[in-house]
Amino acid sequence: MERKTIDLWFGAFVAAGFAALLVLALKVGNLGQERATQTYLVEARFDNIGGLKVRGPVRSAGVLVGRVNEIHFDNERFQASVTLAIDKRYAFPKDTTASILTSGLLGETYIGLEAGGDSKPLAAGDRIQITQSAVVLEKLISQLLFGKAQEEPAKK
Amino acid sequence: MIGRLRIPLARLGHNFIEGIWRIGVMARFFTLVIASSGTSFERFRLVMREVYYSGVLSLIIIVVSGLFVGMVLGLQAFQTLQIYGATESIGVVVSLSLVRELGPVVSGLLFASRAGSAITAEIGLMKTTEQLTAMDMMAVSPMARVIAPRFWAGIISMPLLAALFSAMGVFGGYLVGVVLIGVDNGAFWSQMQAAVDWRYDVVNGVVKSCVFGIAVAVISTFEGYDAPPTAEGVSRATTRTVVTSALVILALDLMLTAFMLRGGD
Repeated sequence: MERKTIDLWFGAFVAAGFAALLVLALKVGNLGQERATQTYLVEARFDNIGGLKVRGPVRSAGVLVGRVNEIHFDNERFQASVTLAIDKRYAFPKDTTASILTSGLLGETYIGLEAGGDSKPLAAGDRIQITQSAVVLEKLISQLLFGKAQEEPAKK
Repeated sequence: MIGRLRIPLARLGHNFIEGIWRIGVMARFFTLVIASSGTSFERFRLVMREVYYSGVLSLIIIVVSGLFVGMVLGLQAFQTLQIYGATESIGVVVSLSLVRELGPVVSGLLFASRAGSAITAEIGLMKTTEQLTAMDMMAVSPMARVIAPRFWAGIISMPLLAALFSAMGVFGGYLVGVVLIGVDNGAFWSQMQAAVDWRYDVVNGVVKSCVFGIAVAVISTFEGYDAPPTAEGVSRATTRTVVTSALVILALDLMLTAFMLRGGD
């Protein structure tokens, strides 16, 4: 087939477009970072999950080890049931503690895992027994104010 | 009172009914274009030629405006984020607003005014000078030979242009944020990568730009094909292409965003 300049232009245009898409996917987006990793699912129940979202991070010692897979309300126990997808490369003891934490005062909510001392590791489908709920800032402040108000008359 | 209002009211009603007519005719035109697209793929060079005119020649305006939009976004975001000491988030603000909204929408508007108007004027003038009729006489379907390649070229070009626009915008944000203001390079990219999701943000942006590409391609070819065969008719059709495309893009954007956000958490 004979070659024409227009072929070159078309090819260059399409290549540039796809290169831009690739940049958006790899450099700007999160494709390729956590795609290839395999995960196992672990359940945890919380009294209050605060602002936790699906796809929120699961961290241990500050390092990202997984993501929140699913959140639903357990209508029998009136608790939130959260499914965590943890990276297969990391194994945690059976008595690991899961707590809902916030990065900074206004930052995103995440689940922090703190390893226990059990020799058996958590397997897929296990439940994390020891959990700590989210700290609700408003409750904390109102408790503080209430405490202060009670102190005031005693000083006089 | 009623007597004085009669003529404007009648005109309003006429315009409304005319609009309904046009939607119906445009739908029929759309199916006709799809039905006669076979030639475009058998002789793909026809489409490539149109991609050159509407896509490649739009590159400069898309790349330059993308760069500038990204730089302006970076500056504006810095101004506000500085108050909260979160200037590293410039990358997040710039990339999210570009990938989700500004990339598809602004490049769609630019594409409609740069390429869509040219398509309308070309087809309209071909109709005015009876080239389309002449083709028909020679048993060459103008639908397959003229309209369909331009239609498919629009659909091919638009997502690529939008991706280029977003990528250039992020680069502009990088220039302002990291090079000019001095935000930490690692924090800039890592926060951006943590905030932008491939499936949820990037793919949705591409879907949007594909939809806008179809809309602009249909509107610009239809307006050209439907233009009254006079100088004034072609000029009006060109104006209408730009105005209708802009309104349709913005309306579609609202609808698509509403659908896509509902899909999230």
